[in-house]
Amino acid sequence: MSDYFHSVTLDKSACRGCITCVKRCPTEAIRVRNGKAQIIGERCIDCGECIRVCPHHAKLAVTDPLSEIARFKYKVVLPPPSLFGQYKRQEDLELIRSALYELGFDAIYEVAAAAELVSDATRRMMEQGKLNKPVISSACPAVLRLIRIRFPNLLENVLPLSAPIEVAARFAREKAIKDTGLKSEEIGIVFITPCPAKATAIKNPMGTEKSGVDLAVSVSEIYPALLSAMNKCAKEGVGRENAQSGRTGLGWGNSGGEAAATFTMRYLAADGIENVIKVLEEMEDDRLSDQDFVELNACPAGCVGGVLNIENPYVAMTRMKQLRNYRPVACNNIEGDDIPPELLWDEEVTPATALRLDPSPQNSMRMMREIEEIESRLYGLDCGSCGAPSCRALAEDIVLGYSTEDACIYLLKDKVEAVRSSMLSLKLESRDKSGEKQ
Amino acid sequence: MSGNCLHYHYVVPGDDFTQAGMASSAVKQILKQLGLDPQIVRRMSISLYEGEINMVIHAGGGEIDVGIDDEEITAVLTDQGPGIEDIELAMQDGWSTATEQVRGLGFGAGMGLPNMKKYSDDLKIDTIVGAGTTVTIKVKINNSKTE
Repeated sequence: MSDYFHSVTLDKSACRGCITCVKRCPTEAIRVRNGKAQIIGERCIDCGECIRVCPHHAKLAVTDPLSEIARFKYKVVLPPPSLFGQYKRQEDLELIRSALYELGFDAIYEVAAAAELVSDATRRMMEQGKLNKPVISSACPAVLRLIRIRFPNLLENVLPLSAPIEVAARFAREKAIKDTGLKSEEIGIVFITPCPAKATAIKNPMGTEKSGVDLAVSVSEIYPALLSAMNKCAKEGVGRENAQSGRTGLGWGNSGGEAAATFTMRYLAADGIENVIKVLEEMEDDRLSDQDFVELNACPAGCVGGVLNIENPYVAMTRMKQLRNYRPVACNNIEGDDIPPELLWDEEVTPATALRLDPSPQNSMRMMREIEEIESRLYGLDCGSCGAPSCRALAEDIVLGYSTEDACIYLLKDKVEAVRSSMLSLKLESRDKSGEKQ
Repeated sequence: MSGNCLHYHYVVPGDDFTQAGMASSAVKQILKQLGLDPQIVRRMSISLYEGEINMVIHAGGGEIDVGIDDEEITAVLTDQGPGIEDIELAMQDGWSTATEQVRGLGFGAGMGLPNMKKYSDDLKIDTIVGAGTTVTIKVKINNSKTE
């Protein structure tokens, strides 16, 4: 896998080169060049903020088409908790579950079921005092990427457990092999993704070498087909209660659900990328050392706020709250004393160096001086007309060789003004001279 | 050594908790871009943050000068506040003269100076009661002090 696969991408024809996304990107990963937005791959965390804010719908998330499932003999679908909040008229989980079978899936493994196992493992590890407090949730891949790039100090506080999606994929595959006797490659594990970050995490996983998920189909793509299937199932009647997860697992779809499932009183849950950054800043300066657990979700309200969802996040959250009321506390627990290897990271998550100016500290110092010098000459208006999010970012781009001072329209205006006045004085001079002659 | 040196100057407004931490946050960003060891960045930013907050709580603001060279990061925090009467006492964990109102905001736990001492490689405090305080914090770049 390439190190820089990104789900978030640009539809060039729709991009008007406005700087809305440039200004809102939390890692300053977007520039407008030659009239079109460009994503700097090594800085992008696939949070989807640009998709959320683009007024021209030019930012897209690359996911797999639903038709791809035909490649596999046996198809297992992994619905995330947030999917259950997308539709009206839901009294329980069965209607959506039946509709998923109707769409051609052979088996279902609810991500919420795996989430309950992750919660159990988290509680055990916290009790055993094996983790650095406050423990930071590792479930949101956009947050994990953000930490790698902007807060590498805090990686040692990150919960070293796989996200529920990965855990679900591993157990789902094991079960499918056992149930069918098919080979692993004949089984398709299909995740229905509410966000681009999770689609990226499947192609480019962190904490493991290869994801167990084969396809990531977006909620927005499956939504209409699933709705028709639900209508059909509602008419024909759904099967008996078979749902696999309880309140604890389903709670993971909303901000605060994972934290509450740690059963500690001292936890904090923040959602929305700007808020997440503020909390990480606080943690970095040791100001949250009185907390046990910190849950962070890049999307507002949590996974229900993912940009590939259809329903308003707060409406979805309310629905899920009602759905949860009729569920047991949890349906899944770890058996035995040991945490199964399926839940653990098998690869360390390492810091990313995308913000570093240069590998050599001496060069970095020199470049930083140049940046300061250039920045002092810029107007400090952060207008974005040059295509960079701020004057500071432009100064950095110039020093890194990606831009020039002429990109600044104010400096250019000064230049033109200077040329104009020197032309003018030339003219006057020549007139004076010709006057002398007469 | 000082041929390759960066200088930054920050003005810290007094009694404005909404802006408290702006300088240390800016310095942190610079240190990260310089590619310094994450632990060095962490220690410097915690020390500087504590110093900055102290200026806001106790001294009505002040000024911060930060210098970075190949060997160390130096921050000089200067204020015209009331000064520190008993430095030994002030260095004790949990000792604070912060008002109830300030404590209500979650500050003034009495860990400022002890934390600055803990996280820095060198801490110097020059204080004159009634005239002000100058705090100098140094963190070495190639030193691996553990907390």
